[in-house]
Amino acid sequence: MSALRETRIVFNRAMRLSLRNPAWVIIGLTQPVLYLALFGPLLRKMTQVPGFPPGTWWQVFVPGLLIQLGLFGALFVGFGLIAEWRSGVIEQMRVTPASRTALLVGRVLRDVVVLVVQAAVLVLVAVIFGMRVPVGGVLLAFVLVALLGAACSSASYAVALITKSEDALAPLLNTIAVPVMLLSGIMLPMSLAPHWLRTVSEINPFSHIVDGIRALFRGHFSSADSMWGIAVAAIIVLLGITFGARTFQRESA
Amino acid sequence: MTENVISARGLARTYKTRKGPVEAVRGVDLEIREREIVGFLGPNGAGKTTTLRMLTTMIAPTAGEATVAGCDLRKDPVGVRRRIGYVAQGGSSAPEATIGEELVDHGMLYGMSRADATASGKRLIEQLDLNGLWDRQTKALSGGQRRRLDVAMGLVHGARMIFLDEPTTGLDPQARANLWEHIARLRDQLDSTVFITTHYLEEADALCDRILIIDNGEIVAAGTPEELKRRVSGDVVTLTVAHEGQAADAAAVAKGLSSDGEPEITGVTVRFRVTSGAEVLPRLLRELDGVGVSLAGVEVHRPTLDDVFLTLTGRTLREEAA
Repeated sequence: MSALRETRIVFNRAMRLSLRNPAWVIIGLTQPVLYLALFGPLLRKMTQVPGFPPGTWWQVFVPGLLIQLGLFGALFVGFGLIAEWRSGVIEQMRVTPASRTALLVGRVLRDVVVLVVQAAVLVLVAVIFGMRVPVGGVLLAFVLVALLGAACSSASYAVALITKSEDALAPLLNTIAVPVMLLSGIMLPMSLAPHWLRTVSEINPFSHIVDGIRALFRGHFSSADSMWGIAVAAIIVLLGITFGARTFQRESA
Repeated sequence: MTENVISARGLARTYKTRKGPVEAVRGVDLEIREREIVGFLGPNGAGKTTTLRMLTTMIAPTAGEATVAGCDLRKDPVGVRRRIGYVAQGGSSAPEATIGEELVDHGMLYGMSRADATASGKRLIEQLDLNGLWDRQTKALSGGQRRRLDVAMGLVHGARMIFLDEPTTGLDPQARANLWEHIARLRDQLDSTVFITTHYLEEADALCDRILIIDNGEIVAAGTPEELKRRVSGDVVTLTVAHEGQAADAAAVAKGLSSDGEPEITGVTVRFRVTSGAEVLPRLLRELDGVGVSLAGVEVHRPTLDDVFLTLTGRTLREEAA
């Protein structure tokens, strides 16, 4: 089917350009690795605090870092699209008979690949520092991170194409990313939170995904937490891609 | 009989803005035949790019219909895209990609195999003077080279109908003349039909077989450059008086000698038409002297497209561009 071929062409092109300029990929990794090395050790004693979720501090903290990686990495890819828009690349692709969805999905797939590689590096660093987690849990966690990344990346491209301006995109993304991060229990788990805060965080899909990954890291592959985390990730991917595809199809986009 | 490559009736586009609806294009009719270079000439904001983007399916018309390369714009936009090439105004390549990569990727998105796209791309870089640059990153190209790459990308899939949006804007005179040559060769050697938008008179004059003059979203005139210039009969004389107060006196003298219409006064200049500038000039200067008008300068020229534009719209294209 030609849409698949077109997706592959767009993906190959995007990967080629990313590999040629890996600076952003490396920078995207520095934040979580710094948190791991410099903030993580502060949490060691936290496991004694009542209300702290089960598992070693690694198993509680690293899932949060994976979400942070996925969220901040994928949410900001829109800036790259605005640069492509300015150089005329987007118009040039839209004038071909290629499917609009292929133009989106090819790029999203590249972002997912980059994200999973970064996640693997992060987990490797954690393992070197002493983390012990079941391999199956880690692999499933990568799937969740991939889904989360796909959702955020699509949404970011959609908003970028609508605003076409870095000045509009930056504050918008920051306004969304910071509360989402604070309300998902990334740095410190929500089980420590007062009742009202925990209720608000329930609305945030990302908090469910974090809890899902935490369950997977403990080796609970079919617990309520992990199942729910996977379901939520699947839902936001569908929403994200629909939003992205619709925007790419709209005429003046 | 040659079939029309483009046929449009009542094409219109209205934008809804915060200040109310804006009619960018108000009902354009077009008939474009094979192997023509047609120019869409008009000032900035006239609706040239909007019309072009409608014809290339980049935006939908709010009214009217058109058939481009045999496919209906509304019913089969994908069919149109398959059969046309488009060279956009601002450029079309990623700075870090190489010429070869851009050409092959673009060709493949049209359904070409990698081998076909590569062969076509290599042929085109030779035809467009980009030899030896297959592996050069586009950010390392000069303005003229980058524009020729854009043209190559528009042609890579073998389309015979090409749309060029202000192709020489921003190029130095040498690069412009060079690109004109390449565009003319498209028609002559590749049997292509070319649709250009421009606000440069010399470009429309030098390059186009036919010109459509657009102003305020409507076509105000159409014809070959010669036909259009013939509408403005005779020579144009432009007087520059030394003192603005004397302009009226100069105009009165001019009126007596002019071949048609009222002389136009703009500040210190008086423009009017005569049948033959060379014959009228001696008498004109004598009469002006007799009335006591002191001249700062006088110019006689054959009508240009700017004069055509002025006749049709009351404004000059040069003023608009300024």
